[in-house]
Amino acid sequence: MSHRPLCGSLRFGLLATLLRGFYSVKALEFVSGKHNARWAFWLLLAALLLLPFFTDALLGRGWVRIVDFAMLYIMLALGLNIVVGFAGLLDLGYIAFFAVGAYCYALAGSPHLALAFPMAFPDGVHLSFWMILPLAALLAGGFGVLLGAPTLRLRGDYLAIVTLGFGEIIRIFLNNLNAPVNLTNGPQGISRIDPVSVADVRLSVTQEIFGISLPSVHLYFYLFLAFTALVIFASQRLERSRIGRAWMAIREDEIAASAMGINTRNLKLLAFAMGAMFGGASGALFAGFQGFVSPESFSLMESIMVLCMVVLGGMGNIAGVILGGVLLAVLPEVLRHGVVPLQQALFGKTIVDPESLRMLLFGGALIVMMLYRPAGLLPSRVRRRELDTDEIVETV
Amino acid sequence: MEIFLQQIINGLVQGSVYALVALGYTMVYGILGLINFAHGEVVMIGAMLAISSLTALLGIGVPPLLALPLSAGFAMLGCMALGYGIERIAYRPLRHAPRLAPLITAIGVSIVLQNLAMMVWGREYHSFPQLIANSPHSIGGAIINDIQIIIFILALAIMAGLMLLVHRTRLGRAMRAVAENQHAAQLMGVDINRVISVTFMLGSALAAVAGMMVSANYGLAHYYMGFLLGLKAFTAAVLGGIGNLRGAMLGGLLLGLIESLGAGYIGDLSGGVFGSNYQDVFAFFVLIAVLVFRPSGLLGERIAERA
Amino acid sequence: MSFHSARSLLFAAIVLALAGCEKPATPSQNTPGELTVRIGASAPLTGPQAHIGKDNESGTRMAIDDANARGIFIGGRRIHFELISEDDQADPKTATIVAQKLVDNQVSGVIGHLNSGTTIPASRIYSDNGIVQISPSATATAYTAQGFKTAFRVMANDAQQGRVLGEYATRNLGAKKIAVIDDRTGYGQGLADEFIKAAQANGAQIVAHEYTNDKAYDFTAVLTAVKGKQPDLLFYAGMDPQAGPMAKQLKSLALKLKFMMGDGGYTPQFIKLAGDAAEGSYASLPGVPLNKMPGGKEFETRFVARYQPIQLYAPYCYDAVNVMIAAMQKADSVEPANYLAALAGISHDGVTAKIQFDEKGDLKGGAITLYQVQQGKWQPLETLGAAAAAAP
Repeated sequence: MSHRPLCGSLRFGLLATLLRGFYSVKALEFVSGKHNARWAFWLLLAALLLLPFFTDALLGRGWVRIVDFAMLYIMLALGLNIVVGFAGLLDLGYIAFFAVGAYCYALAGSPHLALAFPMAFPDGVHLSFWMILPLAALLAGGFGVLLGAPTLRLRGDYLAIVTLGFGEIIRIFLNNLNAPVNLTNGPQGISRIDPVSVADVRLSVTQEIFGISLPSVHLYFYLFLAFTALVIFASQRLERSRIGRAWMAIREDEIAASAMGINTRNLKLLAFAMGAMFGGASGALFAGFQGFVSPESFSLMESIMVLCMVVLGGMGNIAGVILGGVLLAVLPEVLRHGVVPLQQALFGKTIVDPESLRMLLFGGALIVMMLYRPAGLLPSRVRRRELDTDEIVETV
Repeated sequence: MEIFLQQIINGLVQGSVYALVALGYTMVYGILGLINFAHGEVVMIGAMLAISSLTALLGIGVPPLLALPLSAGFAMLGCMALGYGIERIAYRPLRHAPRLAPLITAIGVSIVLQNLAMMVWGREYHSFPQLIANSPHSIGGAIINDIQIIIFILALAIMAGLMLLVHRTRLGRAMRAVAENQHAAQLMGVDINRVISVTFMLGSALAAVAGMMVSANYGLAHYYMGFLLGLKAFTAAVLGGIGNLRGAMLGGLLLGLIESLGAGYIGDLSGGVFGSNYQDVFAFFVLIAVLVFRPSGLLGERIAERA
Repeated sequence: MSFHSARSLLFAAIVLALAGCEKPATPSQNTPGELTVRIGASAPLTGPQAHIGKDNESGTRMAIDDANARGIFIGGRRIHFELISEDDQADPKTATIVAQKLVDNQVSGVIGHLNSGTTIPASRIYSDNGIVQISPSATATAYTAQGFKTAFRVMANDAQQGRVLGEYATRNLGAKKIAVIDDRTGYGQGLADEFIKAAQANGAQIVAHEYTNDKAYDFTAVLTAVKGKQPDLLFYAGMDPQAGPMAKQLKSLALKLKFMMGDGGYTPQFIKLAGDAAEGSYASLPGVPLNKMPGGKEFETRFVARYQPIQLYAPYCYDAVNVMIAAMQKADSVEPANYLAALAGISHDGVTAKIQFDEKGDLKGGAITLYQVQQGKWQPLETLGAAAAAAP
């Protein structure tokens, strides 16, 4: 593979500007003084850029892959945060949009369609990454509107159940659309998906940049980091925009919001569409990264796990959602490597599966969070005020 | 014709099971306006308790005809305690919280119960002991057996019993008062907490009966059996008009029929494009269609949607 | 807000860096002159399929212990084989993480994974890193159809098993009108499709193709639909938790037909769940019955004494390790790049069959044995597919 230092530095430059943008240094200055804020920002950036190397050296490359998946989950959780956290619409079928994005990438970047349409696509379809990504986001956004439109009038808990049903419907269709035309290859899934390549740099093989050798998982890390930064940036801008304020108004009191002249119908649709687009984009990244998609990766439990990330961190608070995403994406690995040996050492056998322990912790966390910290580990100020005082308002 | 009749019977049996579970959903919803997401798991735990106690009783030589009601009672008591506990721990503190909060805890309770059951009973399928000769009867070439007849009759009887309870007793009047307006009921001297606890316990006892019926009919129980069953029963409750006891029964039977006729005939009707692989989709489509076009359900009076 | 995000991101980075606190294992101590060679293994060791995954792990471990006891010399040095077993939880995503870890640990080869859904995504990582992978139990044809030179399996694939089952149903059992139910998993889909092809090629008519799922327990609607088509044989492509109740409901709906399954039904649990309705059901298992293979009976005795009764695939794992070691010996190297060619051209007498690979890495011949429930027990009927493979 050829050296491409220019391309690499370009990407890092872009990343830095993005990071600079969303950390809105001014706010930091206000809190902790100009110097500290600058320092904190550059330190953080350096830490993030070096993270894969440290992880690789300390824990092994498998952990870099885990971190990569954690980034995907953060993107996913931030997308769901728009729907649940900002607009207050509980979506229990969010993973469906992730699935739509993943299958979109899988169909548009693999030999699979040659099976169904040998005349039209003798070698399958192999679009470039930059073509598929917006396509996946738009398609998922379209599905978001499709889900949103009929359910606009529904109240919170009914909406939750309907979205759950929607998620299952999508999964069941993906699982069965191998006949009459083999679109999704059914439960066996689609393999041989093209790896992501950015500006002719294939991320699936080790690349040399400035004499530093970057293995595939590191390359994906930087790609995902850039996209996560973009999603964070977009979320923050949205939150502070007119749209974001309108969403929060709807969340607080829909009737009052519409009395204030907010077009609740369009804004709710927009929330669904935006959330779905983020989900679709991360689904596309997932498919390119893993090289294989099958319906079993998009079960209801995945939806609930993403919801759990949002709830745990703090609905509506971006930093909280990131924290929740990291905690829950890394937790299964910690359990797999910590709990089993621990139990072996203590009892001589595995009493609790790490998988069921993980689910118990998830379920327990949902209950405990709602009872004691409804606003999440890192609550947003508005949300905290709202959730804490609700009881008082009600009884007065 | 004989096949059609058989599908009707299949649908009615499956529908009676949905109805039994849906009654529990609808009671809680009618009074609290809360979707008790964990109800399906209570059904599963009822089935597990019944199988465990039945196996244990038969093991120490108790005659089957005595063991059966004993284990049913045990399962019902266990589930009542569970229902009481769930309400106390997960729902009561959130009674005045925003709507999403109790729903999220309900999902949490469901996950926790499922995994606890898995730890207690393991991942394997437990088989229900064959006690009474389950003799088949033929109706016009279609076959129905004893347990299926019992399930159908039981569902009707329980619905009738609940109707009597709600409309003819003091407790029922208190329940209706709480459903109408909690504060007013309290001012009239109704102990709201007690009424709600009793409602949860009643619903859970019904869940135990339903769980036992399911596992007797199919001869097995499994820690995962409650989730989808609960979801479909909820659909049935919504279809009939949630909060309405007759509606739960009607919705359950209808959903059962839709599923069995749908799975049985969709392949022939669509020329093989769709097949019984879409069986589980029907319930969700029904759910979405009802909520979008007639949110109050078939027999619902009150408007179920409110902003 | 911004302050919060910066702080939490930093915190997140620290959490990530500290999480696990586990380094790749350092090479274990061995006597001077010995060379430690790592063999990776992966299967679901926790979760719903843990019992089958542990069975795989035990089969692999026993083969490795046997090889260490035998004393294998490669390149003039005595080899100490070390097993690195990882839990993939039957989840595609976890499987890729596990594969990466095995690559990190510089394994010379991998025995795994158990499911096709995990084997396929992991195979890309092994192929990218040039590591030999032998799956003991993945049956999807897609696994070896990807064109990876490093991918092998010691189990007949769906096409091979489906073909034999389809031929047996039509030729030996004389079925003319056949109904098929598949459980909409990767396994069920692959097997059902190949079964249908073979049955149709042999002149049978597929009168119904119905579906269920791997969590269902009520099959009355689809079975009634099947009854309306009056088939003389029903083939179920799925696992025993569904096959058991299905057999029971077949009986209570008074369907008089032959009931046939693939290897997913060949378990004691099927008989337990189906009760007396199990009697007369057919199922298949790739390979030759253990007591007909040289060393097979002995393997079973030793395995049962050391672990527990064989669940399903332990003998295939045992074979997979042995065929890998045999290739290393033949090439006189433990480097995957060197022994890969030897593995592709190997001929090895395993406990399940004579193992030879075709150009894709699939098992050549692929003997398959049919069993029937007789008096509450699975009894072998006959071995089909490759009669030559059965001969010692």
